[in-house]
Amino acid sequence: MRSRIFAGLLLATVSAATAFAQGAPIKLADVAELSGGGATVGNNWKNGIDLAIEEINAKGGVLGRKLEVTHADSQSNPGVARAQVQKALDNEPYVLLGPGYSGSVKVTSPLAAEAGITQIMGGEAAELTQGGNKFLFRTSFGQQSSMPKVAKYINDELKAKSVAIVWVNNDFGKGGRDVISKEFAKYNIKVAADLSTEAGQADFAADVSKIKAAAPDAVFIYLNEEESARILKELKRQAVAAPLVGETTLVGQKVVELAGDAANGARGHVGLTTDAPVDLVKAFREKFVKKYNYVPDHNGLKGYLAIYMVKATTEKMGKVDPKKFADTLHGLTIKAASEPGILMDVTFDEKGDIDRQGFLVEIVEGKQVVKQVLPKLN
Amino acid sequence: MSNLLDLLVAGLATGAIYALVAVGFTLLWQTSQTINFAQGEFVMLPAFLMLAVMHAGAPFWLAIILGILLSLLLLGLGFKLLLVDPMLRHGVLPLAIATMALAIGMKEAVKQFFSAEASPFPSIVPAGDVWVLGRVVSLQSLGVLALAIAVVIGLTALLNRTSIGHQMQATAQNPTVARIIGVPVERMILLTFLINAFLVALASLLITPIYLAKFSSGEVLGQAAFIAAIVGGFNQVRGAIAGGLLIGVVDNLAAAYVSTQYRAAVPLILLIVIILFRPQGLLGRPEERTV
Repeated sequence: MRSRIFAGLLLATVSAATAFAQGAPIKLADVAELSGGGATVGNNWKNGIDLAIEEINAKGGVLGRKLEVTHADSQSNPGVARAQVQKALDNEPYVLLGPGYSGSVKVTSPLAAEAGITQIMGGEAAELTQGGNKFLFRTSFGQQSSMPKVAKYINDELKAKSVAIVWVNNDFGKGGRDVISKEFAKYNIKVAADLSTEAGQADFAADVSKIKAAAPDAVFIYLNEEESARILKELKRQAVAAPLVGETTLVGQKVVELAGDAANGARGHVGLTTDAPVDLVKAFREKFVKKYNYVPDHNGLKGYLAIYMVKATTEKMGKVDPKKFADTLHGLTIKAASEPGILMDVTFDEKGDIDRQGFLVEIVEGKQVVKQVLPKLN
Repeated sequence: MSNLLDLLVAGLATGAIYALVAVGFTLLWQTSQTINFAQGEFVMLPAFLMLAVMHAGAPFWLAIILGILLSLLLLGLGFKLLLVDPMLRHGVLPLAIATMALAIGMKEAVKQFFSAEASPFPSIVPAGDVWVLGRVVSLQSLGVLALAIAVVIGLTALLNRTSIGHQMQATAQNPTVARIIGVPVERMILLTFLINAFLVALASLLITPIYLAKFSSGEVLGQAAFIAAIVGGFNQVRGAIAGGLLIGVVDNLAAAYVSTQYRAAVPLILLIVIILFRPQGLLGRPEERTV
């Protein structure tokens, strides 16, 4: 009698444990710039994540398990980001999401790597994936992929012989400025003015005066969203006529909203845009606008894609295994035909960099207009 | 030379806004010994009040009027009655600390109720350019400069040429004697708080189209205006005006001719030099309090 009771209890315990293991949510941790200078970046990223999770959970989750995410605010401060990531890792998440600022990624990625947790982030600084970190993955192009395309456009299409470079003095800005300066040198394009600005800078009058004095054939602007909007307004105020070219941020939705008419004519390369002539991207945009009542920028797409990267990789493994996640994602190609949430076919290389199609866009009457589609390389 | 003209116009336009805020600093100090460390946030808030009115469906002109009225109510009357009056009896320092707390509270409240993200804000000066001395100068820069100068002239006239202005001066110089000769001291003090609220609302209207509406935008403005007030002379309205214009121009010239990275340091260096060699400020007078 006693052995029957014991067997019954054991069976009940095992059954409950199995049911718990199958039904327990998969825990994700997000650390993003929800306030501070990068609030546009972080909030778009967060909203993209929440939208994707809502969709996936509504369809039964991943391998029958729901996704669950906790959001933490880095305040756009690398020091705070590091503390928040450490706190998040202490809770042993399946995957770490974010941050979006390259400087914050730089100081947090060693923590995630040490814990053996995959980090899917929004940073674009070239150096992030050059250090051999096997747990770090991008959601968009790194500067080493995008800047050559921008320099080629300035040389081939604009026929510029001199440029002014305006960059933000942080890891993101310095990385972009270094890469594009080398690319300009390859084309013998002279850098007429090399202007470093500060994150959060409000007044660009002096910087624009310097640009006017240098009289370049084109201006390359590599700042965060709010500063991009401010300098576009100042360039318009001081009637600078040279073409304004950037990479992703300059022609983002938030910049267009903040700069108004001053954004018209700005052009640039974007890895992700909700104006892309891709049906799945258009459908994403509609869903996002319906849920949040505004048009997301590329960071909204990044957050959304990060979750579908988690889904596709986990389903490829056939199990929820945080230790094998990174190995599986390296070299993986996710096709939009089989996983529509990934929006466009994408391949991840051994460094965590991505290969995907890109776009050259121009702001026309307050809207991004795609001028050219640059195909996926492999 | 032409570049210098651009820098001067842009610097004076920004400096004129700093001057409006700095004048508020000096007025509050003169009449009630209030050092308002939330002055920058006082500039930030009216823009959000106007945006809130616009979001409710009101046109921009109505939002400006209601925004200014709400500012007078909250940042003038409310500030005096709810924070300054209860705290001032405990001394200048506790009040200064209370204004620091107020600054944090205002920033967090705006972040909570609006957003941490920046928002666009319409300009009251139309876009466009005019030719000045053979250079293209934006209408917005000139408009901001003209409006700020007009307000400063109006304020100076109020203080120096009207009975109310003289009563305010008397209140600032010696409230006890002013009270004996029949000046309604409390009313004069309240008036300075209302004038300060009007000045910050106007500064908000002028600067926010350039800086964008953001919960943290007052940090830079508050610091710049505080430095301007000290550099110009904390006990003189004309000192605050001169200090504001000077800081605006110096900031722009430093960014252009010294270094963008060190631009923020140059006004601070100027501040240190002034404190060392002319502690009362450029136009201030030692041992004297007057508005």
